[in-house]
Amino acid sequence: MRHHLLVGTRKGLVIYERDSNGWRVQSEHFAGIPVSYACEDTRNGTLWALLDHGHWGTKLHRSTDKGNTWEELPAPKYPEGATIPRSDDPATTTYLWYLMHGGVDEPNRLYLGTEPGGLFVSDDGGDTFVLNESLWLHESRDNWMGGGRDYAGTCSIVVDPRDSRHVTIGISVGGVYETRDGGETWGGRNKGLYADYMPNPYAEYGHDPHFMIAAPSNPDVLWQQNHCGVFRSVDSGANWENISEKMEASQEGHAYFGFPIAVDAHDENVAWIVPAISAEYRVPIDRALCVCRTDDGGKTWQDFREGLPQHNSYDIVFRHALDNQKDELAFGTTAGNLYVSGNRGEAWQSIDHNLAVVYSVRYAE
Amino acid sequence: MPTVRFTPNLKRFFPDLQTTEVEAKTIAQLVIQVNQRWDGLADYIVDEHGRLRKHVNIFIGEDQIHDEETLSDPLNQDSKVFIMQALSGG
Repeated sequence: MRHHLLVGTRKGLVIYERDSNGWRVQSEHFAGIPVSYACEDTRNGTLWALLDHGHWGTKLHRSTDKGNTWEELPAPKYPEGATIPRSDDPATTTYLWYLMHGGVDEPNRLYLGTEPGGLFVSDDGGDTFVLNESLWLHESRDNWMGGGRDYAGTCSIVVDPRDSRHVTIGISVGGVYETRDGGETWGGRNKGLYADYMPNPYAEYGHDPHFMIAAPSNPDVLWQQNHCGVFRSVDSGANWENISEKMEASQEGHAYFGFPIAVDAHDENVAWIVPAISAEYRVPIDRALCVCRTDDGGKTWQDFREGLPQHNSYDIVFRHALDNQKDELAFGTTAGNLYVSGNRGEAWQSIDHNLAVVYSVRYAE
Repeated sequence: MPTVRFTPNLKRFFPDLQTTEVEAKTIAQLVIQVNQRWDGLADYIVDEHGRLRKHVNIFIGEDQIHDEETLSDPLNQDSKVFIMQALSGG
């Protein structure tokens, strides 16, 4: 059981620690600076913080002593000549979205997802990152576009624990891509996804996986909270099934639009989402915050609300701001609220109410 | 020699940053020079293509530089350069 929470907010990184009295703030880092994502490399305990200085650009920080000290590393840079898809404008690293470590057999490998899209790879523990050119120049790149931000972002990176050369990523907006040769070649994996904002909703590319994750107990099972529903694949993304509670925003039901998704560590059929009204609104349904869970692979969904605000709530949960371990879950909201559950999401307790906008929540040792 | 002064906000990241003289004929050369003294400082001022970051301002005297793409604005021996933070945020 991990006893820390790394909470990346618009005004810094807050680390919570659990003791016999519950969760309390252990330390604050990068005060006043937006922390777009913070996580722990579970292979070696290194902490990572991705920063989004409003003025000074994106920055990458690493701590090998549990956050006591941080080291700034050169943030990844798009190479000379790299241009934004469908544009002659030079590509620059405008946002650091997501970091994922490689497999246990590749102890120095890290992946970093960025805006305006693509994937950076490090094989020296993060000292340097190199853009994966074959993905960046993929024949489908003209289908990448911004969604909420100006340009496409690589927000999901899944490394197969059985085969480190098998990596699946999600570009928002662009779609799902898979490599089985360590990134030398990539193929789209978007069959069955639906995009109501495109002339052909079932087009091969241009989908918007807000966040995608694999079931730890069966890495062939992928889940994604998409812009246009919740989808699940049982064949590593070759085919996706729409498991939303409804098939379009105007219908009854909750599990449809949202950003984050979490999957149970031991049961590939159990997942949680935090729904919102459709893209045009991005507020909680009926201004009441709830968490939805499915126990049967998305056939049915249950809403859980105990301990969550049921009136006048404008809390949205961003894509990296929900995490789970064993029977516990934690999430942070755009209104600066931080909630935990110890019973698989059925009841919630507030840890803090007055944080800045929460971008990411991740458990750490 | 031109002198360059920095917004105090940058001292948070480069604590020993101070006003300094720099042997440079353009702003681009100046950025390279200060980066040699304070390793990594250029990344705070320009992006990977050498363009001025959107929310950073550079003045020569009281005038903002004109070339934010390649920083070719010329300097003379008496130039006083100011690297400032734009008034943006929230």
